[in-house]
Amino acid sequence: MAGGAVTVQLSEKAAHRPKHITESVGVRIVLISIALLFLVLVVLLPLLSVFIEAFKKGADVYFAALRDPDALSALRLTLTTAIIAVPLNTVFGIAAAWAISKFRFRGKNILITLIDLPFAVSPVISGLVFVLLFGAQGFFGQWLQAHDIKLIFALPGIVLATTFVTFPFVARELIPLMQAQGVQEEEAAASLGARGFQIFWRVTLPNIKWGLLYGVILCNARAMGEFGAVSVVSGHIRGETNTLPLHIEILYNEYQFAASFAVASLLVMLAVLTLIVKSFIEWRTNAKSPERSADDAH
Amino acid sequence: MTNMKKRNPNLLHALLIFIVFSLALTACGWDQDPPNKGNGSSNASSNGGSGNTAATNEGNSGTNTDHSANAAPEASGPVELLNVSYDPTRELYEAYNKLFAAYWKTEHNQEVTIKQSHAGSGAQSRAVIDGLDADVVTLALGYDIDAIADKGLIDKDWQQKFDNNSSPYTSTIVFLVRKGNPKGIKDWNDLVKPGVQVITPNPKTSGGARWNYLAAWGYALKQNNDDEEKAKEFVKALFKNVPVLDSGARGSTTTFVEKGIGDVLLAWENEALLSVKELGPDKFDIVYPSISILAEPPVAVVDKNVDKKGTREVAEAYLDYLYTEEAQKLVAQNFYRPQLASVAEQFADQFPDIPMLNIDDDFGGWAQAQKKHFADGGVFDQIYAPGS
Repeated sequence: MAGGAVTVQLSEKAAHRPKHITESVGVRIVLISIALLFLVLVVLLPLLSVFIEAFKKGADVYFAALRDPDALSALRLTLTTAIIAVPLNTVFGIAAAWAISKFRFRGKNILITLIDLPFAVSPVISGLVFVLLFGAQGFFGQWLQAHDIKLIFALPGIVLATTFVTFPFVARELIPLMQAQGVQEEEAAASLGARGFQIFWRVTLPNIKWGLLYGVILCNARAMGEFGAVSVVSGHIRGETNTLPLHIEILYNEYQFAASFAVASLLVMLAVLTLIVKSFIEWRTNAKSPERSADDAH
Repeated sequence: MTNMKKRNPNLLHALLIFIVFSLALTACGWDQDPPNKGNGSSNASSNGGSGNTAATNEGNSGTNTDHSANAAPEASGPVELLNVSYDPTRELYEAYNKLFAAYWKTEHNQEVTIKQSHAGSGAQSRAVIDGLDADVVTLALGYDIDAIADKGLIDKDWQQKFDNNSSPYTSTIVFLVRKGNPKGIKDWNDLVKPGVQVITPNPKTSGGARWNYLAAWGYALKQNNDDEEKAKEFVKALFKNVPVLDSGARGSTTTFVEKGIGDVLLAWENEALLSVKELGPDKFDIVYPSISILAEPPVAVVDKNVDKKGTREVAEAYLDYLYTEEAQKLVAQNFYRPQLASVAEQFADQFPDIPMLNIDDDFGGWAQAQKKHFADGGVFDQIYAPGS
């Protein structure tokens, strides 16, 4: 992640900063403790409470909740959805960011606005849009039914809604980065005789990899956690079209609080896993070429 | 430029790991699907936990050999039903699906898997209209099934297809109060007193809430010699005391029970009895008002879907079987009032006899009640202003 490299560098610089431009010790302590307190209250405490609630009735209940066939099917559906939606959005995000930041064309602003659209509308609307399009009463409903194709209330609908909602993450992460980097390096490569794909693979991609990775991680986190849009198109069929977030709501509503938090902790662990994968890749790359992180920050 | 050559393998590496990882996961996902579909009974009982599943499976393989020896003419392949239902029936159908699957297995030597879908009654009706492939619908009130029938998915005369207006069980509206009833709530007129917080879902979206509303309306009419203006004032005062209007019955229950908001919850009798059982009789009391309303949650086969899927026979049997003694006992155990007199007698202690209004006689049927009270610009819109 580019941000990570930047912060590392800043803190190193801060250590060497001359006295007259640093804040006094008191101010620094206050700032740090406010930040820490906020983090503990808003992030750590709720996360901890998920695990405490999950183990309230003992490890047996916890693991029974995770082994439940409905929970497994929800996990499978969530992973399947993320595995389809995230690569789609990665490819699209790179293409869109590449087009927007490296080329000039008419309607560029419209494209940028369109990319932002899923952020602007409520997820519930995002779900309803697909029901209106592909539902039995929708524009394509008759045709789909005649050909016996099921989109809504089945996996394709869930993937579509998730893709729609998570669609801006990669592009939004890359566009400012690529705009800041400009086109000089690509131009240099072109003048040295590199072809389009070569330029992309050897110049552009290495430059954007942290931003890309960060976008993919955000995209994945949201794809696995999306509730509103998926809830509208899921049909809530147990063991079939319930994703993990929907399954958590069901358990909670059925008074199975411990089980619901157990499944919630599973979702938390999936998120933590993505962060670990991210850190691992970051660490491996930095370990092999220590001068790289300084390079990337520029 | 030389740097780049060093960087590339790393990135490639990462991408490869990611791709392999995702492919492996997808593969697992697809691999595990087929056995699930083939193995009908495990899904039918899936809600009961893994221990149960194994037991049913064993039992089934046992009965399987028995019956091929017995009679069982057509050992047809497994069949799947989708029951689209409303919020509070989760526990009932979880139990009933096992009962019916076992019955169907012995009678027809066929595995039947019943999938469940639960949400607010109105939302479920909408989902079926939008293409949710329900074989049967078991909703909170007739109006929501009428809405599906209006779109041609269900025959117009669905309410005559099964006994008791196609309502295999009934319920009523009661008050759930905090233990010891600290606010002294005994009847509907206690709900409009200042300082009493009433929890009910939104009648616009929740079936249960419409029953709540109509019961209050009916009570006010009786108290005021059928003076509609007085009744309007009464329900207006009542909804002034509602701090949170959830969209569904289960949401309201959670608000009252879990979040501890409000002094009284207007709830389905079955929902109130279930909360007391699940969360401890030391926390809540149930209060029966002087008069309530007979709620008839109806059931119907979704004709268009079963004809397309060829599941009519089993779908009709599924609903018919709800009226048998065994099923009615299950109904009563899940706190719904059974229709079968013999079972009703058995559970008489659980369901006190109170005077009840009736939707057809007192409100002219659902279509009329819906139009008058809950349609846009209806009485509810006139009396309820959010935040007032």
